[in-house]
Amino acid sequence: MDARLTALRQAMTQILPDVAGVIGLKCGPAGSNAPHLFQKERPEELADLALWPKYPVPDTLRLLQKAHPEAKLAIICRGCEERGLVEMAKHTQVNLDNVTMIGLACTPEEATFCRCARPYTVQAQITVGERTAGVPDPVTDDFAAKGQEEKLAFWKEQFLHCIKCYGCRNICPQCFCNVCTLEDEKWVSTGWLPMPLPPMYHLVRAMHMTAKCVACRECEETCPAGIPMAIHYRLIARDVQEMFDYETGASLAEKPPQLLVLAEGEFERTGLPH
Amino acid sequence: MLEYRNVLTICPFCGVGCGLNLQVLDGKVVGVLPAKMHAVSQGGLCVKGWNAHAFIYHQDRLTQPLVRRHGKLVETSWDEALALVANRLSEIKAQFGADSITFLSSAKATNEENYLFQKLARAVIGTNNIDHCARL
Repeated sequence: MDARLTALRQAMTQILPDVAGVIGLKCGPAGSNAPHLFQKERPEELADLALWPKYPVPDTLRLLQKAHPEAKLAIICRGCEERGLVEMAKHTQVNLDNVTMIGLACTPEEATFCRCARPYTVQAQITVGERTAGVPDPVTDDFAAKGQEEKLAFWKEQFLHCIKCYGCRNICPQCFCNVCTLEDEKWVSTGWLPMPLPPMYHLVRAMHMTAKCVACRECEETCPAGIPMAIHYRLIARDVQEMFDYETGASLAEKPPQLLVLAEGEFERTGLPH
Repeated sequence: MLEYRNVLTICPFCGVGCGLNLQVLDGKVVGVLPAKMHAVSQGGLCVKGWNAHAFIYHQDRLTQPLVRRHGKLVETSWDEALALVANRLSEIKAQFGADSITFLSSAKATNEENYLFQKLARAVIGTNNIDHCARL
């Protein structure tokens, strides 16, 4: 029995009276689990709290806040999910002012599964679980060591398996645009298979993951074709770190490199309506 | 009242039967999440599965039977629609024979619905002309 569950239940019992709900994972039928809003009206549900497999809960928070912007909420989040929340806050997709983060540290097995460099939270007010050190990512390292031709051949072959389910985009905690480039006919031939060369869908996706990917590996987990696209996004993250000295999701104060302020005059955000 | 939960169900589209979660926010289905522990889907979904919720509240969804009068489709009651279908099928069968009628079913229908449908075709009307949308 995972000791983190007991500690989480204690933390939740304490906080539930003060918030509209706590976002966590709940056991469902047939061994499934899924995101759930635990509320003080139903304390018996705490018995069904689940931990693994994880789901990208930042999007659940975004969903709830869109419908109820004033609600005080708490959210159980792992390192990657906290990074996801931080980036979403910087892009004004979630408001962390009314949110209490309950940081959940990953076990060494969970960190190895995700090949995660930071399997713990750094900003959460409450933390549960013993911090474990980040693990190396041999899959990405091995790939980075390949030659240019070999890399190209690898991706050409991998992307041929893509069935354009849009799962990688749908599950990504950082994909929140109402009007998505991946559905724009100029860039992606929607409804066409196999993936053409160049694989515009995946190239556009990788570009959009610049300074946004929080290394949660949900994209790889949901891909029905088993395409290891996290390698792609992580290599880009390494470049971003090198070029802009920017670590995605590490700090609320650090501005993402794409949000540039023009030298003369104030920069006005005229984004799409949410 | 703020409420959010996920309901595990099976995708209504093809015969594979991927498990998926319907995200329910304040009593309304707002999206889909994959079911990571499902034996069939294993956390993956095709593009139809990811959009399995989209038809539920769609404006084009029929809520009343429609009957064609003077070349135009107009809303009618279930009683009138069923009576019309039963009468016309009987007339066509009497005039042209049972095999002039074909029955098109759907992979979205349940096994039980399809069983009844083919019974209607074979035992009631008396034809083997039965097929379904996934074969078309």
